[in-house]
Amino acid sequence: MSNLNSKVPSGPLSEKWTKHKNDINLVNPANKRNIDVIVVGTGLAGGSAAATLAELGYNVKTFCYQDSPRRAHSIAAQGGINAAKNYQGDGDSTYRLFYDTVKGGDYRSREANVYRLAEVSANIIDQCVAQGVPFAREYGGLLDNRSFGGVLVSRTFYAKGQTGQQLLLGAYSAMNRQINRGKIKPFNRHEMLDLVIVDGKARGIIARDMVTGELERHSAHAVVIATGGYGNVFYLSTNAMGSNVTASWKIHKRGAYFANPCYTQIHPTCIPVSGDHQSKLTLMSESLRNDGRIWVPKKHEDAEAIRNGTLKPVDLKEEDRDYYLERRYPSFGNLVPRDVASRAAKERCDAGFGVNKTGEAVFLDFASAIMRYGKEAAAVQHIEDPSEETIRELGEKVIETKYGNLFQMYEKIVDANPYKTPMMIYPAVHYTMGGVWVDYNLETTIPGCYCAGEANFSDHGANRLGASALMQGLADGYFVLPYTIGDYLADDIRTGPIPTNSAEFDAAEKNVKDQIDALVNNNGTKSVDYFHKKLGKIMWNNVGMSRNAKGLEEAIAAIRELREAFWKDVRVPGAANEVNPELEKAMRVADFLELGELFAIDALHRNESCGGHFREEYQTEEGEAMRDDENFTYVAAWEYKGDPGKAVLHKEDLEFKDIQVKTRSYK
Amino acid sequence: MKLTLKIWRQKSAQAKGSMQTYPIDGIDGDMSFLEMLDVLNTQLIDRGEEPVVFDHDCREGICGTCSLQINGEPHGPDRLITTCQLHMRKFNDGDTIVIEPFRAKAFPVIKDLMVDRSSFDRIQQAGGYVSVNTSGNTIDANAIPIEKDKADEAFNAAACIGCGACVAACKNASAMLFTAAKVSQFALLPQGRVEATRRVLNMVEQMDKEGFGNCTNTGACEVECPKGISLENIARMNREYLAASLRG
Repeated sequence: MSNLNSKVPSGPLSEKWTKHKNDINLVNPANKRNIDVIVVGTGLAGGSAAATLAELGYNVKTFCYQDSPRRAHSIAAQGGINAAKNYQGDGDSTYRLFYDTVKGGDYRSREANVYRLAEVSANIIDQCVAQGVPFAREYGGLLDNRSFGGVLVSRTFYAKGQTGQQLLLGAYSAMNRQINRGKIKPFNRHEMLDLVIVDGKARGIIARDMVTGELERHSAHAVVIATGGYGNVFYLSTNAMGSNVTASWKIHKRGAYFANPCYTQIHPTCIPVSGDHQSKLTLMSESLRNDGRIWVPKKHEDAEAIRNGTLKPVDLKEEDRDYYLERRYPSFGNLVPRDVASRAAKERCDAGFGVNKTGEAVFLDFASAIMRYGKEAAAVQHIEDPSEETIRELGEKVIETKYGNLFQMYEKIVDANPYKTPMMIYPAVHYTMGGVWVDYNLETTIPGCYCAGEANFSDHGANRLGASALMQGLADGYFVLPYTIGDYLADDIRTGPIPTNSAEFDAAEKNVKDQIDALVNNNGTKSVDYFHKKLGKIMWNNVGMSRNAKGLEEAIAAIRELREAFWKDVRVPGAANEVNPELEKAMRVADFLELGELFAIDALHRNESCGGHFREEYQTEEGEAMRDDENFTYVAAWEYKGDPGKAVLHKEDLEFKDIQVKTRSYK
Repeated sequence: MKLTLKIWRQKSAQAKGSMQTYPIDGIDGDMSFLEMLDVLNTQLIDRGEEPVVFDHDCREGICGTCSLQINGEPHGPDRLITTCQLHMRKFNDGDTIVIEPFRAKAFPVIKDLMVDRSSFDRIQQAGGYVSVNTSGNTIDANAIPIEKDKADEAFNAAACIGCGACVAACKNASAMLFTAAKVSQFALLPQGRVEATRRVLNMVEQMDKEGFGNCTNTGACEVECPKGISLENIARMNREYLAASLRG
């Protein structure tokens, strides 16, 4: 076990980033033309990094498995993006955003990174507005804000329930400008399948053209991985069907440490599972908790009656409802952080108060918000003595302008009208705080290999606050990585193009080809999905919202067994040299089957509860998470040693100099 | 539910395709249309046949990857949704469902139901952006107040997901609604006005180069658009184009 060097600059917290930017090496514009950078993934982090690097003058190649960079899964982020602008004058500041994020992450993130994130956040909004991102505005023409969980200010900027879409289209438009100038070469429908290391430095990748099946060699002076999170290890999640861990896992196997894999965010407000056919879960934005109130019936008999359809939720009297978040956490109420809200929902459902057929759902109710907004609207329109009907109508209109697309999405999936009856929601896997370990420069433990956005581990600790993922993706891509990578590339101005005919490229390509051949020639009996679903069940049941040592040990053994069965018995129809979605899935699931084991090992080793990682053995009498700061205030970074079970733990000790470490309380 | 599926199968871009019939049973109304195809594919794999290839990703109606012409309509019979949001409860036991790729010269078939929509990317590369650097060295976001109605209108245009349903719905395979949505988003905002002339000329030129058809104002695109992009955008683009051509 060693201690990792995070390369955090010295000096006071608020001056670190400025000082660092002044200290690092720059590459002269004429020399940037001779330097190539590969960016894998074109979501908010990858797209913004690619655009900025190209603008600076580097030659950029981008890779994405989608048919267009614009379709990366950042597009699905709904609620908003945080920034410490303090436009509302409600006491927000860089420090407060930093404080909320560190506290929200349950004191398991790197202080200096989080401060930098808060520092550059305001600039992101300026940048996006300049690009033409149509954020929501007030009648005065200025930008509107709303609140998200775990904070006491309104600092979230949004574009209806489609903020991720608008921000990604902004980054994509910046990319398009560079594609048009010939500075970015996009490789769409391409999947990265290995990293090539030459003389200890990341110098290229092996990618598969998903249309022809051809394996391609691409070289560069540095490689950036921005391929998102690994929530699909659970099979069911709010991620896109194609979201995967493959690029991150391949670099892990080549020497990049993988940090805190067990930190997973289970989002409290998703549409509940309806049956075995389910292929993915749909999120209902956290912004809904600004106005929706979460409840279950107080009495078992009422819950039973709602489950079997003899009682309608709207008919249950106010005093028979248990608004359990407002009851347990009076100061934050329905806006407690995600991990807290999810566990509270599970607790009520486990206790028998669930409200759908499977007993795994709670209500998210807009009735009181509709009436409140209706009354406001009636007053603004000078309607005297409005009837309840009029108030409701006016209120529904307000709700529609705020959350219309989410309500429509819900209605299409569930076939129930959320304006008239409360939504049913349940927690689902949404985001992974863990990821590839990076230092302050976003460089992995492989020189020249960088990692940005959700794919890295750095900013959210053990739990991410709402509307912070978009902020981090764009901060990394627009404002951090383009600077820090220059420090590394300054040594490469005389290197010249990296040849792709070296022994290292040969070996990496052969490695990929062997895996593909093994899969297409396996002639097993079971589909890829069969194994993926099994893995998902193990993960959800034993490594999900609450975990214990026995369950984790069982999971580790079960995943190993499943991995063996996969390689013996998986069936991949079709050939390697054509469009073959089953082959693509098989390669991704093969990596999930390895990651899953490391994930459970990490969860087993962390004998404490923090953020999204809840170990049943470590809780207070009231069921709140119990951290062990003395023994676990560190980042667990795992080194690959030929098999996930043999991974070696390295620790990065976390120091909190500018924030007092406390028990997280939202009461 | 028991259904009969008639699906376009085509081995590759060069191969000739044909409709194939697949009976399927045990379909639940709560399944999405794509989950129904997942069930079919699992059965095909178990039988040792090749599964049907179709594009899909987010499965929540926002990435714009899924397509499919279902019973002659892009994204199927329901309105304001994509194929991935279409649920089987919209169909009846015993129905025959015809599933084809989006058809357009500018969207060549890659395999089965998967088509190549990179022509859309090239239209945007021709000018679908504001030429500002991403350095962050710009004015404060609130330094440019924008009328709420204008901002909302720009957002409505920007909500386009680039799925191509407008093209598939059009008898001329025109991409006017798509291009107009992109042009409009920027034309409506002060940040985009600076380059408005150049943008509309370049994007329209690229659209024509890609082999999309002309607009004859039938309005089918607006009806089938899963995001409800309005025809007003086409009118706006025509005005912009005319003005730009005169400025020249």
